[in-house]
Amino acid sequence: MSSSTPPPRTLFDKLWDAHHVAELADGRSLIHVDRHLVHELSSPQAFAGLRMAGRRVRNPERTFAMADHIVSTEPGRTDATVPGGAEMIAALRANAAEHGIRHFDLGDPAQGIVHVVAPEQGLVHPGMTVVCGDSHTCTLGALGAWAWGVGTSEVEHVLATQTLALHKPERMRIHLHGSMDADLSAKDLALQLLRHIGVRGAAVGFAELCGSLVEGLDMEGRFTLCNLGIEAGARAAVIAPDAITLDYLRQHCAGLPQLARALASWAGWQGDAGARYPHEQRLQLTLDAPRFTWGTTPAQVVAIDEPVPSLNEARDAQEAMQWQRAYDYMGLKPGARLQGQHVDRVFIGSCTNGRLSDLVRAARVVRGRRVAPQVQAMVVPGSARVRRQAEALGLDRVFQEAGFEWRLPGCSMCVGMNADQVRPGQRCVSTSNRNFEGRQGPGARTHLASPASAAAAALAGKIVDHRLYEPHHAEV
Amino acid sequence: MQKFEEVIGVALPLDRANVDTDAIIPQRWLVTVSRTGLGAGLFGVWRYDAQGAPRPDFVLNQPAYRGARIVVAGANYGCGSSREHAVWAHLDHGVRAVIAPSFGPIFEENCLNNGLLPVTLPALVVQRLMQQLLARPGARCGVDLRQRQVTGPDGECHPFRIDPGRREALLEGWDAIAVTERESAAIAAFQARQLGAMPWLNAGAAP
Repeated sequence: MSSSTPPPRTLFDKLWDAHHVAELADGRSLIHVDRHLVHELSSPQAFAGLRMAGRRVRNPERTFAMADHIVSTEPGRTDATVPGGAEMIAALRANAAEHGIRHFDLGDPAQGIVHVVAPEQGLVHPGMTVVCGDSHTCTLGALGAWAWGVGTSEVEHVLATQTLALHKPERMRIHLHGSMDADLSAKDLALQLLRHIGVRGAAVGFAELCGSLVEGLDMEGRFTLCNLGIEAGARAAVIAPDAITLDYLRQHCAGLPQLARALASWAGWQGDAGARYPHEQRLQLTLDAPRFTWGTTPAQVVAIDEPVPSLNEARDAQEAMQWQRAYDYMGLKPGARLQGQHVDRVFIGSCTNGRLSDLVRAARVVRGRRVAPQVQAMVVPGSARVRRQAEALGLDRVFQEAGFEWRLPGCSMCVGMNADQVRPGQRCVSTSNRNFEGRQGPGARTHLASPASAAAAALAGKIVDHRLYEPHHAEV
Repeated sequence: MQKFEEVIGVALPLDRANVDTDAIIPQRWLVTVSRTGLGAGLFGVWRYDAQGAPRPDFVLNQPAYRGARIVVAGANYGCGSSREHAVWAHLDHGVRAVIAPSFGPIFEENCLNNGLLPVTLPALVVQRLMQQLLARPGARCGVDLRQRQVTGPDGECHPFRIDPGRREALLEGWDAIAVTERESAAIAAFQARQLGAMPWLNAGAAP
């Protein structure tokens, strides 16, 4: 290579270079934030901080607001929710109005969970930097954007300056190859990946995901996969754009000025041939059965036909202790099978699995059947738009006729900080992203799974293989 | 941001890995528009029973650990949600430093932005500190940011690494936004250039 040839750059390198504003005296770089999403949980204290310092929002036109965490999902809702929640919703509304920020308020046809709404409203593009005071902002990396979750101090910093001060993050690329049966989904893949690499398996600031298993996912499946990046420690999980990405953008950005030029620009966000990340991990995964979490971290995963691990399989005393805590909390015995475990609650929704294709997959299992009598099951579309689209397909009737509740969009039972909670000791099959102790409510026992698995659990009243209910199982 | 120079005090051993921010500050204490008062919810579900009474078996409720200034915990401390409330809860309770083999990335950043010092030490060192603290409830540790070292209950010193810029910001208690505002002209120039090349960036929501 001659000295005049620039070295090949990874997708990360290009994103970094394109957003670099200045070098700071402390050795960090000032990185421009192209899009800032704010919600009612992590922003009130940031706006209050601005106010105390006499500062304004620098770029309200780059900022979008919506309430999702604390909101009620009851049909006919108002601001009323858990005690104190209405104040958070009102604070977001007032802050957005004061600073001239576009706000998708309750009742707005675009309202919903921030990570569902932002892409479907065309607010996220390849090559963008996107932040939000929410760890699952990594979801948006599926569009080839560098998107990551931040805390409230950083929210305030972005509101005031439209930048963040960063060191160049640790970064890696994960190549996912292997095979996945057609009746499984991105959620099964993500859970299997977590099992494989663990909760710190991608503990980096930026992870690029690639390989045939990634390319084989549709756009909504890619959101699901990237959503779970943070559960492996990846602050951002990014997939370079391809034809599937551009098709999605063509639909969702139809109103943009100079769309053709934009599409050409977006397609160019690719790493150069020969560019290498500091860490490259190649994984070969075989997925031939649905995956469920059995414990209290998202990496404690088994296949439906497999027992939960026994203590003698633990790597060391530390892990054995963690597993023992998890068995106790989950009410499971070492070596037990999940298949057949009695289920009390089923939740279909969240920024992981609250999109139209998720509801379509669940409805395919549910159609013409009934929820088991003891199970309380709910479907919470990720956005008002998803809800309308599902209703246009008649899915609301499929779910309601089966005995599911059909709710209004919000984070609902994923975050357990609104009225939608699992009661102590209840077992819940959930399409969400965290099975931490108490996440869905104090004492809640959460099994993370795909929409099809959750739907099947609701019908059977226990954990089962959803393929038993698939209408065309024999052909798949 | 609160300055951080040195803290010496009772250290609370939390002998478990993957202490997530849902455990540090459970949902019911998140329903607030304030940064203060969150100390009451620190480790709320582990700390209180269903009736709200303190659980005597949880370390934080044991008299020896009253007034703890330091937390010593297993790997991946503060994983999960980005809620900065998890950091505010520590500070409100009087905790100024957390020692662990690794941290959740957003929690660690939130710590550095608030003057709660995240100290990364090798897992074996943390395990040794943990054993000493469990053996002698109420034992004290020291965390000295100037010297970049932790002093264990046995008096042994353990050096730690921290980014020099972040260290200085903590020692001085700098306002990060004020530092960035000095680059306002560079930000404006960047934005003009970027918008010229990509005029679609400011477009609003799709119809």
